[in-house]
Amino acid sequence: MAGLKEIRTKIKSVKSTQKITRAMEKVATSKMRKAQNRMDAARPYAEKLRRTIGHLALANTDYKHPFMVERPVKKVAILVVSTDRGLCGGLNINLFRSVVRATKEWKDKGAAVSYAVVGAKGIAFFKRVGGEVLAETSKLGETPHLAQLVGTIKVLLDAYQAGEVDRVILATNLFVNTMSQKPTLTQLLPLEANKSDGLLDSWDYIYEPSAEGLMEYVLTRYVESQVYQGVIENCASEQASRMVAMKAATDNAGKIINSLQLAYNKARQAAITKEISEIVGGAAAV
Amino acid sequence: MSNIHVDIVSAEGNIYSGEATMVFAPAEMGEVGIAPRHAPLITRIKPGTVRVKTATEELPFFVGGGILEVQPHLVTVMADTALRAKDADEAAAQAAKTSAEERLAGAKTDIDIARVQAELVEAAARLKFVQDLKKTSR
Repeated sequence: MAGLKEIRTKIKSVKSTQKITRAMEKVATSKMRKAQNRMDAARPYAEKLRRTIGHLALANTDYKHPFMVERPVKKVAILVVSTDRGLCGGLNINLFRSVVRATKEWKDKGAAVSYAVVGAKGIAFFKRVGGEVLAETSKLGETPHLAQLVGTIKVLLDAYQAGEVDRVILATNLFVNTMSQKPTLTQLLPLEANKSDGLLDSWDYIYEPSAEGLMEYVLTRYVESQVYQGVIENCASEQASRMVAMKAATDNAGKIINSLQLAYNKARQAAITKEISEIVGGAAAV
Repeated sequence: MSNIHVDIVSAEGNIYSGEATMVFAPAEMGEVGIAPRHAPLITRIKPGTVRVKTATEELPFFVGGGILEVQPHLVTVMADTALRAKDADEAAAQAAKTSAEERLAGAKTDIDIARVQAELVEAAARLKFVQDLKKTSR
């Protein structure tokens, strides 16, 4: 009977684990929807800024802001956007893999690589494996705010303007759909000039105080909004990935419960049979 | 046409979108009032209140700074989400730097690519194993 009790306890514990994973799945689902909404809400701002940059670039073609000038690359900074919490499948690991791959490529080309990190998981990773980390932000929570990212971004922008870094790359998980999130590296600086921008409606703008003065401001805001977008995209990816991982865990727990239940039933049956045969044997002996 | 379309957006979402008869904004060179068919203008705005006057009411929106873009029938305000003082930004940058230094104290400054790759491949293999396990047991 001892075996039976053990199995019963085991079933109970797996069931409570399953309850937790199921709850986490539900929570992740609802959080993912919210994160997706935030993703959509942030888009118009970036688009409008991009248009304004197009206008500004068009207004004075001979002036080029340092953020838009391509330089020979001696040092690269990668802004790695990770999650704060775990239990979200291979999301962070996949991202780190592509970051490491990019690092290797740049090192082969003779460029030094440093990092800026968003998210506790990324910090833990770089603490373990090493790497020059310029700045970090973590504990963003479920609703990241731009204000939390400004410091880290400024460190990178300053380094870029001072010539300490010749290229800034943003590494984040792109939210493709619920089932798939794609680790992506995009170039933040120098800004790649997009020819189609600004050609749509070319007004003869009045610039106050001057186009150059506005440029720096707009470009900074643009980079910030790109990073913010990357962070919320990563946030949505995190929830989606967690949802899938927790669903898998819930299913697996169900399977374990089934097989344990089967074992339990068999053991119970065996015990009953044994008892009966003992009684029958005892009766026959009398 | 006596109406002008107004969009107020921030990095974290849309704030306002609609028609107005007049828009007032605290531009860098002084407060501007924008009526329909205003000359195209791009300017920075200072922290303050953007007032949108519609046919029936006047709506105030606080902005912490930003960019104002005016086209004859469209006003776009790209607002900052919070007050952005230069020294506050500086302090935030410093905080991001020091927290990186503190949290990564003792870590090597050079990444050992071979080791990391091996580690990540192992982690990925583990994940794949779990996924395959799920498939086969079905």
